[in-house]
Amino acid sequence: MHFHGRAWVFGDNIDTDVIIPGRYLNTTDPKELAAHCMEGIDPEFPRKVQPGDIVVAGRNFGSGSSREHAPISLKAAGVSCVIAKSFARIFFRNAINIGLPVLECPEAVEAIAPGDELEVHLDTGEIHNRRTGQTFRAKPYPPFMLELIRAGGLIPYTRARLQQERA
Amino acid sequence: MGMTMAEKIIAAHAGLDHVEPGDLVEVRVDFVMANDITAALAIREFEKLGVEGVFDRERVAFVADHFVPPPNIKAAEQCMTVRTWARRKGILYFEGGREGGIEHIVLPEQGLVLPGEIIIGADSHTCTYGALGAFSTGVGSTDAAVAMATGRLWLKVPPTMRLFYHGTLRPWVTAKDLILHTIGRIGVDGALYMAMFFTGPVIQSLSMDGRFTITNMAIEAGAKAGLMEVDEKTLDYVRPRAKRPFTVYRDDPDARYEVDLDFNVSEWEPVIAVPHLPSNVRPVSELADIRIDQVFIGSCTNGRIEDLRLAARILQGQRVHPEVRCIIIPGSGPTYRQALEEGLIDIFVEAGAVVGLPSCGPCMGGYSGVLGPGERCVSTTNRNFIGRMGHPTSEVYLANPAVAAASAIMGRIASPEEVRAQAMAA
Repeated sequence: MHFHGRAWVFGDNIDTDVIIPGRYLNTTDPKELAAHCMEGIDPEFPRKVQPGDIVVAGRNFGSGSSREHAPISLKAAGVSCVIAKSFARIFFRNAINIGLPVLECPEAVEAIAPGDELEVHLDTGEIHNRRTGQTFRAKPYPPFMLELIRAGGLIPYTRARLQQERA
Repeated sequence: MGMTMAEKIIAAHAGLDHVEPGDLVEVRVDFVMANDITAALAIREFEKLGVEGVFDRERVAFVADHFVPPPNIKAAEQCMTVRTWARRKGILYFEGGREGGIEHIVLPEQGLVLPGEIIIGADSHTCTYGALGAFSTGVGSTDAAVAMATGRLWLKVPPTMRLFYHGTLRPWVTAKDLILHTIGRIGVDGALYMAMFFTGPVIQSLSMDGRFTITNMAIEAGAKAGLMEVDEKTLDYVRPRAKRPFTVYRDDPDARYEVDLDFNVSEWEPVIAVPHLPSNVRPVSELADIRIDQVFIGSCTNGRIEDLRLAARILQGQRVHPEVRCIIIPGSGPTYRQALEEGLIDIFVEAGAVVGLPSCGPCMGGYSGVLGPGERCVSTTNRNFIGRMGHPTSEVYLANPAVAAASAIMGRIASPEEVRAQAMAA
């Protein structure tokens, strides 16, 4: 899998209340959630973000609440993947489970400025910054997680497994 | 090499003799929980799996607490979806009433989460049940859906951080202050992916209510779980309630800790976490000039009977400041009833506080105390993120119930000592 988009750069500890505030959690509709994505920190984000754009952040991205609405809102807003120095663990699981690729790469984050054009190759974990010409390699996924990602997330993976068990 | 309690519980549920931190294992889960927000998504994912029922109807619960009673039509519809599905599948369902309330207060109270178990919940504060000696962790709705269907889940075995507390607690320094001090020291990702093991004589001296307050906020340091040893107090709490037999696990003497921290609490003061991170911890005494608009006493962190008793000790015979909205919410039906019997509700109402219905209340900006632009709230909850309780420019200050009650009276951040001193002078 391969993505190409502009970088949106955020700081450390971007929590899920900032990504999608609690007051909007009376819906599960991805489009409605996308309309408020990142509202706590940049109310213009949902209007400015383009399909394929990439969120770049510091440490502990997605901390706080377990709300899966957070990765759903990012994905539905058009974000193709998130690169961060580190992720909060529940957000990391949720993102993989719903098919929003997340890459951990502190060196790449340090070298990315807002608006930089990035190319991300998920299979190799390569992050290429077109502006600077630099290429970085994200921390590789464990094989089990790659299997989940290739299956399209936890639900297709589990459905296939349950079918096998029944057969 | 010995194992920690967390490792032993995971090994037992994976059918293994031994596990190591970093191992990816599939475990059998003893209990799965979701709330009205996360269950709505979990249901949608569950329906994609092609299975009819949940793995065990007695081991899956939905607790409606975030938008209950519903503040608007959309929330009401969401709650209807969750309630209808729960009834159709025959799983456990709590929504207000005699036994309902906040998920993390209800499930221990009802004896549905027990020592030695693996509990997963689609709510980040599921780590609360670790105070019972369980391995309990928050997940998203998709993980919860898969666990509801299969009774299984994959986990990465976390390394354990041991936190040893000794010394003597000064007046008004509570369990809330212990965990805030700790997060202030290690940071909001200080225990990322780890199991925090809280131990030592100070932890042993706490009631179960206090212990739940501490494990509740393990997630605020990024932890996967927060655990405590099972002792006589745990067993006294669990035995009359337990709906199933349970097993007690303990750390081996040669268990391995990735991090080992030692805290002498004797010099610690009551503290407040100022906006916008739970790790921004400052002594209450340094914040006395900050005026406030609201006080909230309640939540899965501090909505238990001991918290209400503490607030009542400060509010008895006092008046809430005329410019402050003081909201007090008992965390569950049984807690509410107990508070009524003890006369605490009388004290609150007499003081000018509003007593709400058992629910999450304003904690996550849902309703019943949402903050407007620039408004400030002293809150006994667990998060002070930007916009957590309402408008992005509003501010939340995290405190213990005594400090919150004192601040409600003074109209600014205040210590319980100040209220006492004022009363003596009057």
